[in-house]
Parts: sequence; structure tokens; C-alpha cells
Amino acid sequence: MMEQRENIIELKHITKTFEDGFNAVSDFNLEVKRGEFVTFLGPSGCGKTTTLRMIAGFDIPSEGEILLNGKPITDLPPNKRPINTVFQRYALFPHMNIFENIAFGLKQKKVSKDVIEKKVKKALELVDLEGFEKRKVSTLSGGQQQRVAIARAVVNEPEILLLDEPLGALDLKMRKEMQLELKAMHKELGITFIYVTHDQEEALTMSDKIVVMSEGKTQQTGTPEDIYNEPKNAFVADFIGDSNIFNGIMTGHLKARFCGGEFDCVDDVEEGTHITAVVRPEDVILTAPQEGTIKGVVTSVIFKGMHYEIAVASGKNEMVIQSVKSAKTGDFVGMKVEPDNIHIMIAEDHTNIFAVEINKNHRLEYNDTVLDTSLTKIIKGSRRAESGVLLDAAGEEIDPAKIKVMAAIGPNDIKLTDHQDEGLVQGYISNLIYKGDHYSYVIHTDMGQDFVVNDEYLWNMDDQVGLIMPVEKMTFSVKR
Amino acid sequence: MMKKAWKSIVIIIVLLFLYLPILILAVYSFTDATQLGAIRGFSLHNYVTLFTTPELRDMILGTIVLAFSSAVIATVLGTIGAIGSFYSGKNVSSAISTVNQVPVVNADVVTGFSICILLVVVFGISKDTFVPLIVGHVTLCAPFVFLSVVPKLKQMDSSIYEAALDLGATPAAALWKVVIPQILPGVVSGFALAVTLSLDDYFVATYTKPATFDTISTYVVNATKGSQTTIKTALWALSTVIFLVVILFVVLMNLQANKEATERAGV
Amino acid sequence: MGKISFSRKSLGIPYALFLVLFVVAPLFVLIYYAFTNGQGQFTLANLTGFFTNPNTLGTLCYSFAVSMTTTAVCLLLAYPTAYILAKSRLKAKSVIVMIFIMPMWINFSLRITALKEILTLIEGNLAYYPFANAVIGMTYDFLPFMILPIYNTIVKLDESLLEAARDLGAGETEAFLKVTLPLSVPGIVSGIAMVFLPAMTNYVVLDMLYNSTYIMGSLIGSYFAAYNWNGGSMIALILLAIICLFTLLTKGAEEEENPRGGALL
Repeated sequence: MMEQRENIIELKHITKTFEDGFNAVSDFNLEVKRGEFVTFLGPSGCGKTTTLRMIAGFDIPSEGEILLNGKPITDLPPNKRPINTVFQRYALFPHMNIFENIAFGLKQKKVSKDVIEKKVKKALELVDLEGFEKRKVSTLSGGQQQRVAIARAVVNEPEILLLDEPLGALDLKMRKEMQLELKAMHKELGITFIYVTHDQEEALTMSDKIVVMSEGKTQQTGTPEDIYNEPKNAFVADFIGDSNIFNGIMTGHLKARFCGGEFDCVDDVEEGTHITAVVRPEDVILTAPQEGTIKGVVTSVIFKGMHYEIAVASGKNEMVIQSVKSAKTGDFVGMKVEPDNIHIMIAEDHTNIFAVEINKNHRLEYNDTVLDTSLTKIIKGSRRAESGVLLDAAGEEIDPAKIKVMAAIGPNDIKLTDHQDEGLVQGYISNLIYKGDHYSYVIHTDMGQDFVVNDEYLWNMDDQVGLIMPVEKMTFSVKR
Repeated sequence: MMKKAWKSIVIIIVLLFLYLPILILAVYSFTDATQLGAIRGFSLHNYVTLFTTPELRDMILGTIVLAFSSAVIATVLGTIGAIGSFYSGKNVSSAISTVNQVPVVNADVVTGFSICILLVVVFGISKDTFVPLIVGHVTLCAPFVFLSVVPKLKQMDSSIYEAALDLGATPAAALWKVVIPQILPGVVSGFALAVTLSLDDYFVATYTKPATFDTISTYVVNATKGSQTTIKTALWALSTVIFLVVILFVVLMNLQANKEATERAGV
Repeated sequence: MGKISFSRKSLGIPYALFLVLFVVAPLFVLIYYAFTNGQGQFTLANLTGFFTNPNTLGTLCYSFAVSMTTTAVCLLLAYPTAYILAKSRLKAKSVIVMIFIMPMWINFSLRITALKEILTLIEGNLAYYPFANAVIGMTYDFLPFMILPIYNTIVKLDESLLEAARDLGAGETEAFLKVTLPLSVPGIVSGIAMVFLPAMTNYVVLDMLYNSTYIMGSLIGSYFAAYNWNGGSMIALILLAIICLFTLLTKGAEEEENPRGGALL
């Protein structure tokens, strides 16, 4: 008797490093249940498409294992997998008509002619394109081509259907329509869908399970509700829906200080812990100034149809609020948030990470100061031409706009100074806490970023300071 | 920039320069004349000579057979080479493209001479086997096939090959049923180019052909050195025939292009 | 990598082997023969012989003279032609261009035969103007190769660039000199590449027009006729060096045209 497993596909410790050293996916784990609608969600370059391609068999993982119904298929070529793909730009065969396109997979399996005809007809009915058999691919609209691509995949009755941003090339109205149709199709066919998108709304409306990815790693896996209501970290909070995200510190039992105020919260985190607090714009309540936990001045009001989007400046922080009531620019308002609407995440790693620029002369620069370090050591395989221009391993000029260099520096490696000019960057102290033998500060810099700095001396809130950051203490990484 | 009259004059001068010799020769090929000057009576004897002299007939047929067979080999080699190189790593594919440029920019004299030395002098292969000649012409033509296929591969949507695999086709079937049809225009024009290159070649053939075999080029060059007037004027007829064939070909190509254009416009 | 990419890559192997065997290997054989004598001993005599013999140096100079003059004449004829064709508003532009490149498809030896008859008629005896005849012959043979790449670059020029130049106050002539001409340089360069080198080596044109002066190609021909592989190889190497030098000089202006093939595509 065939054992019917609950998990149709399992990815175990999947890592993909390309030949040029680019690490697209690292230690990716996932279990997908039979019949589930799973979505990989993340910004471009987060590894979601690479993961999908490994499931399809177009890419082979560098490490790890893929199990289909409990059997390893990691190295199985794509034509031997009972998995079909709907490609981003359709990938219809331009030299074949619609019938031939849809029949392609069945013909490979040597299915008899009349069965093929029946199945193609049914598949075309499924996507509402009855009678399109003889049409040429080039005569179809984008939406129709996408439907053919879906029909071409599902006609093979795959165990899993992979969809790689299938609606990305369609206009908004078409996209909404297709979302509903895909969802209905998923129900009707009962096969497992794995869907890739960078559109959070699409993911939230369609999926049973969402895998939020960033930089090749899973950030959070869960139902749409989980992901929206309980984001696990700042990245997920920021990527899913609009969020106000603040760095802060726990100042007591169920008390957190951020955005210039002390809020009650429901997350029991040890006093003195650096935290990230997330507040959804719809959860901020506008009050009279004296009733608010924090106060501020309304800087902009935009009508969004169902609600107003109001931005309030509170000190040097900005809070975005969604409210059914309007406000006037320049109004002085108070703001409060119900304790259970404040999502507290422990900022585990206090390493300060910031983007540095490559300037015209191909030198690293931050805050208009050139960093005295060797770029050729940071960018693998690169070298400097006599003209000073950076060349990559293949000898071609590197376009500074195409790469991003991130610098990281620990909180103990930064010194604070009164002489602001001596600092690499300047800012004011937005938070501080005594840690027994030293103070831990959060400095909101003029570049708009929060730095965590440990210092043995006492500074006051809102002190303007310079941050001395020695280049030799920084580590650099390159992103494309 | 230029006045209209000037434009017409430039165009007419260049056209006269390009076509007058061929056209005058075409007129004279229908006469008894053995040299240009006084026109004598209308005659088809040049054409009769052209098609009935076994030597001429063999030479023409030999040239055509050589052109088509080396073009077929060059097309197969160049096409699979282009596909292989396109899907290879950056280093491999740039190495292949670089070496591929050598026969393209090289002078035909050097190509012909070096192949002759390698095959005939070093390897001792007799020219009578036709091997050096075929190899020479394939070497001359295959790089151009390669060059006309590569852009088609670049234009092709790379995911259609993957789509074919995804739908269960083996890699070989995916190439044959999906990739090849997509690059077919490049393959066809590569083939046509190979045929014309081989037909037009003189130098590679001179250095690699068997002594008893002649292509049109080598035959004509030798014939003009001699003073055999019957052969000389028969070649005028050959020139006219080729001219007419080329015109026919161009007209057909244009008709085809127009037909496709109207088909596209009609949709 | 996986099995899939392997099978596509392996298609490149036969062609790579072919190139190694019939393109790379002959080059090494040429080098070997160029630097050895008939007994297979290493020698520089072929090289020094070429550069010390007034006859061979004369040939080199004559080749350059023929080639440069041909290139200049071709350019002077081809540029206006290509420009007029590219700018014409005729519907059937592609057909007209076809007329200018059609001669390329007629066997060159037959075309030179035709030219020879005409020149004989005009000049009476071809021996009176050997140099001019060589240049006319080469021009006749290679002119289409110059027209085509120039036409292709001009026809692809963005018309709005010219309009912008006019809009910014440039006169018609100035707009041409400062916009069209500089932007058509890549076409000119690939045209020159297609004419200059063949004009140094296509000695058959001279032969057929009864010009017995040698050009570089003729030297290879004569060494070949004398079974002197070593001498011929050295000439071939020198030609290769000139070609390399020329390619390096013109590398900046990338050729996107498939040199001899553009006509057909």
C-alpha cells in the first residue's frame, strides 16, 4: 500500500553558492504539506527564485537535500520531476500554436493523440480560453499568454505547480483578477502550489503559508495572519505592510522606551535589553496632546480613500498613522498605542551595519569622508587599473552603482566625543541605559540611522555627539 | 545637406561603376563579338558553349557541389559550436569566440596557405583526396555561421529551453524541438553565407585543390591569362547567368519579405 | 554543475576541436616554418631576408600604397552613397540597398573579367596605367563592403540627435560634422577593416588586370609556386602581424556587423 505522507516536499539545509561565489540561498529549510498554497515572499535578490529553481531542477543545490514524497530528488533533472513551472515571462514556444504548446508535455510522455486532444481541451476550459487551439502565441495578449502558460503546466497533472512571479508582467487590474482565478484553480485542482512573489499583498491574499526571505535566508514562516500580526523581526515587519519601526530599550517590567516616550507593552523582556519596537500605522491612536504617551506636530496629511495617512514628527522621530479622522498640518497632537499593539523584538545583535558608498574615484566613502581601506580586498577578485578605476576578475570596469558595500562595527568599537568634527558621523543620544559597568547608548545620527554604542562615561539624553569609528575596526561586505 | 540633383548624381555614378561592366558584358554575351567595341550580330553561341563544353559544365557543377557540401558541414559545425559556446562558462565561450574571429579577420591567402601547409606538407594528405579543399572551405565558412547563430541565441528567451525540460523533454529533445526552431533564421542565413563565401573563394581553393579540379574562380583566373577566345566569351555568358540568378534570388527574397510584412500587418 | 548544463556545453566540444585543429594549429605550423630553413633548423634568415631585401620592402610599400589609395577611394564613394541611402525617405529602402550590395554575390573573378574588358576598351592597353588599374579593380571588388557597414550605422542613428543639434543652433553642415560624422565612425572603421586588408593581399585582381607588380599576397603565391614553405610562412606571419596591429588599432570601434555577412542577414 502506498504510504500517503503529509509532506509532499521537504527542503533540508539547502545552500546554493554560484560559481562566482555569490551565495544565493543559505541553510534553507521548508516542509510543504500536500495541497498547500505556499508563497516565497521577499525583495528581488533574496533567493526566492533560486529556491524555486532548485525545486524545479534547473539549479542543483550546493548543499542540502530535497525530498519529494520522502524520496531524495536533489540531483534529478527537471524532465524527470513530476513538477511543472509557470514562468515569469510565460516562456511559451513562439513557433508552436496554442494547442502544440499545451500538448508539448503530454507528447513527451507519449500520451495517445485522442487523450491529448481531450486533455488540452479541458485545460483550455480551465483557463477560459476555449477555442484558442489554432491561435499563434504572438496574437495573444499578456494575460492570455499567462493563461496558456498555466494550462501548459497543469495539463501534465503535476504533483506540485511552481509559479515564478507569474503575474509580474500584468497590469494591476489583470493581476487582481488572476489572483482570484489562481486561488480558485488551486482549490479546484487540489495540487500543491509554490508561488514566488515580491508583492506582499499578493502573498497575503492567496497563500496558506508564507515564507518571508531576505538575503538567502528564511526570516519567518507562517500563515498570513501570523506574519502580519506577529512579525518575528524588523525585516518582516518592514516588508509586510507599513510599519513604524524604532530602536529602543526596555526600561522596566513590561515597559519600553522608544520614539521619545515610555510605552507599556505585553512582551516580557528583561530590563536593559536593546529592542526593536514595531507599531502598525493603523494601531496608533491620535489624542489630545496631554493625553498622548508622546506628542508631536503633524507634518503631512494624505487622503488614501479609506483613510488618512498622517505623518507626525515627534522630536526627531517620525510616526506614520492611519486614521479615519483627518488632521491638519501643523496641529499639535498626542499619540498612544494599546500595549498589545506594540510588537517588541529583541535586537540580538548590536553590531551597527550601515551602507557606505563608492565615490567617483572608486574609493569608499561615508558621510563625505573617504575611508582609508583597500577596496580591492573587499571586492573579491578585483584589482585597480592604473587609472585608479576598479576592475573585476574578468577585467571589466566595476560600476559603482551596481554594487553595494555594507560596513559593520561593534558597539564597543565606537567612541563618543564632544568634538563633533572628530566623529565620522554626528548625532544625538536618543536612548541610554546603565548596564552595571558601562552605559549603552542609542545615537540617532544625522544620516538618519540608529547606532548602538557602549561607553563607560555618562552622557545625557539629547546630547549632540560625534561618533569616532576607526576604519580598522570595521568589517565590510559586498552586496549586488 | 546636399541638393537633390547632387544626390542623384552620386547614386548614379556609383551604380554605373558597379553595374556597367556586368551589363555591357551581358549585352556582348549575346553577340558574336570576341572583344568589346563593334557590335556584331545576335548570337547564343556563348550559351551553347557554356552548357555543352564538358570542361565548363564539370567546373560549374564541381563548384556548386563543393559550395553546398562545405556549407552543410560548416553549418552543422558552426551551429552546434554556437549553441555549445553560448551555454558554456564565460571563459570557454570567450575563448571560442576569439579563435572564431581569426579566420574572419584573416586574409584568405593566409588561411589557404596555412591549411595547405598543415594538411599537405605536415600531415602529407594528398590534395587529390579533396580533404584539404573541403577542410579549407569549412574553415573559411564555419566561423561566419557561428557569428550569425550567436545573436539569435542571445535574442532567444532563455527560459523556453527550461520550460521544455520542465514539461518532460530530455535535453536533446528540448534543443531539437525548441532551441533549433528559434535560431533557425540565423542557421539559414549562416548557411546562405557559407554557400556564397565558398562560391566566391579563390585563394583557399588555389592552395588546397587537386590539380585537375577547378572552381569557377580558379578557372576564370587561369582562363583570362590564356587567349582562348571561345572560353573567354563563354565566361561572359556565365557571368550573365550568375547575374540573373542573383537578381532572381533577390526578387524572391523581397517578395517573401513583403509577404511576411503584410501578414504581420494583417493580424 | 548538474547534468543538464553539461549536455549543452558538450556541444561546443566538436567545434572547439575543429578550431584548435584547423585554426590554431596552422598558426603554430606557420610560426615553425617561418623560423626554420628547408632542413628544419632554426633561423631568422626568413625574417631578416624580408626586411633587408629592397624587392620585398618595395612590395610592402606598393601594397600599402594600393591598399591605402583603394581604402580612400572606397570611403569617398561609399560615405556619400551610404549617407544618401540611409537618409532617403523611400519606402523600399532595403531593396535599394540590396542593389548596392548585390555585386558581392557575383563571383569576383567574373566581375573583374568584366571590368578588364571595359578598361581595355577605354584605355586601349592596360599596361599604361598599372597602379590606377589596381586601385580601380580593388575598389570595384570591395566597394560594397564599405557601403554596407557605413549605411548600417547611419540608418540606426537616432534622428532626434540631429534635431537636438539643430535645435541648439547648429547649421545643417555643422550638425552633420559634429553629430552624424562622429557617430558613424564605427561603420567607417569596420568598412576600412573590410577593405584595407583584402586590398593588400588579393593579388589576383592585379594578375587579371595584367599588373605584374607584386603586392604582399603575390609573395605568398610565388613562394607557394616554388614550394618554399618557409619563405611563404614568414610572409603569412608578417601579414598576420599587420592584421593584429590593425585589429588592435580599431578595437575601440566595435564591429557589430558580421563583416562579410551583414549583407545577407
